[in-house]
Amino acid sequence: MNNEQDHRSWLEDLETRHLEGERRTTAGVRICQLLLLTAFFGLWELAGRYKWVDVLLFSYPSKLFHHLWTTLLDGTLLPHIGVTVVETVAGFLLGTLLGAAFAALLWWSPFLSRVLDPYLVVLNSMPKVALGPIFIVSFGSGYTSIIATTLSVTVIITTLVIYNAFRETDANYVKVVRLFGGTKSQVFGKVILPAAFPVMVSTLKVNVGLSWVGVIVGEFLAARMGLGYLIIYGFQVFNFTIVLSSLIVIAIVAAAMYQLVSMLETKLTSGRRGR
Amino acid sequence: MAAMLKLESVSHAYLGGQGTALAVEEVNLEVLTGEFVSLVGPSGCGKTTILNLLAGLFPPSRGHVLLDGKPVQGPDVRVGYMLQQDYLFPWRTIKSNALIGFEIRGEQSEKAERKVLDLLRELGLDGSAERYPQELSGGMRQRAALVRTLAGEPDVLLLDEPFSALDMHIKLQLEELVWQALRKRGKTAVLVTHDLQEAAAMSDKIVVLAANPGRVERVITVPESIRQAGPSASRKLADFEPLVGQLWTQVAEYDAGPAGGAAYEQ
Repeated sequence: MNNEQDHRSWLEDLETRHLEGERRTTAGVRICQLLLLTAFFGLWELAGRYKWVDVLLFSYPSKLFHHLWTTLLDGTLLPHIGVTVVETVAGFLLGTLLGAAFAALLWWSPFLSRVLDPYLVVLNSMPKVALGPIFIVSFGSGYTSIIATTLSVTVIITTLVIYNAFRETDANYVKVVRLFGGTKSQVFGKVILPAAFPVMVSTLKVNVGLSWVGVIVGEFLAARMGLGYLIIYGFQVFNFTIVLSSLIVIAIVAAAMYQLVSMLETKLTSGRRGR
Repeated sequence: MAAMLKLESVSHAYLGGQGTALAVEEVNLEVLTGEFVSLVGPSGCGKTTILNLLAGLFPPSRGHVLLDGKPVQGPDVRVGYMLQQDYLFPWRTIKSNALIGFEIRGEQSEKAERKVLDLLRELGLDGSAERYPQELSGGMRQRAALVRTLAGEPDVLLLDEPFSALDMHIKLQLEELVWQALRKRGKTAVLVTHDLQEAAAMSDKIVVLAANPGRVERVITVPESIRQAGPSASRKLADFEPLVGQLWTQVAEYDAGPAGGAAYEQ
């Protein structure tokens, strides 16, 4: 009895010390992160104020935040954020859906998949944003071209990734459904699709990042609104405070969006791993 | 008694990118109603090919596969199949996994659900109906897979090494369980195995196959005493070891075939 308690307290000690160590490491990491951030903005501020760098080009943080604050208050910033966010969300949702649909088509018809294989390879290795001007002349300068540019970035890679996931599904699961007399569409609905579901959700996450590339480039080329437009506009009127403050907004919004999709991923797939 | 399953001079070749592989050649086989037949033999003897042909997963290149006297056209409700592993869908509960056959045939009903729940109870899984496969041990999962197979009340059971991935004591339990379930229901079964003791303990008839290409080398009838005893009891009978010994010599003999004595495995 006594021995058992000794044994337990020894274990508890070990655990407390381990947790304490973990906590200290986490605190250290947080402090370093905060230091890096302050150092970056602090140095930038000093460099701007003391004219170590060209203020016209590099501006400085207090000026940026002041600009952001005023445009936020007078309501001129939010519409730009709104437009870009809507385009990005539309881009990655549509991109993932279309990619999944294409992948399904390729899975369904091995013949088609063989026919399209070289084209997919070429399209995949091509820098898709180079197609931007083509989209503008085809769809006019507006949302349609921007979303088309975004889709060109996301759809091909999504198709390839999901198609691979479809093909890598364990053949024995397919066999189970076939042994019960399942048809091809039942094999797809009951095995292939649910088995590839985690991959599809994770492509959603990859596509958030890719969609930002597509949307910003699209807005560079053809837009009257949006954060990409603000960057180009600031550049053209040589007001780099606008350019840099837009970059900060993009960093914040893009990170927030990525976190949201990450949370969604955990939520959608937790059922499988946890259970 | 009538033949439930019949292979009539069946040959099958796999056509692939690396050329043609003749898996089985001129196989004739008869499985009577209510009979338990095991297929044993070295790797490459086409055991699983024969099972897949019987299941109607693909037609034979030559010859005929008959189920209850009629040619097999494709997977049939009357035929149940158990794979080497459970292959329960991880995103479905045990109950939903067991119901998938009904779901595929569009025969979901309260009656089907009750039958599955009864079977789960019979196989000691009543507490696990709403759990997911990952939460269950290997033996429980294979029992759940057995429920999935038995739920459609097949007349014929095809068993593709369903006990090979399990620990010894669970394997013996499951052998007993399957044997009892089949005997009680008077079902026909074909078992593919690389475990000669298992074949001897469970079967009425053992078909020894030779490899490259797969063909029937010999059919051994199991003595009545072993047949009547269940798989666990029969292992203790005096006739048992000699039978396994006989199987060993035969399989080893055909193993040293044209391939040059490939290791006896699978």
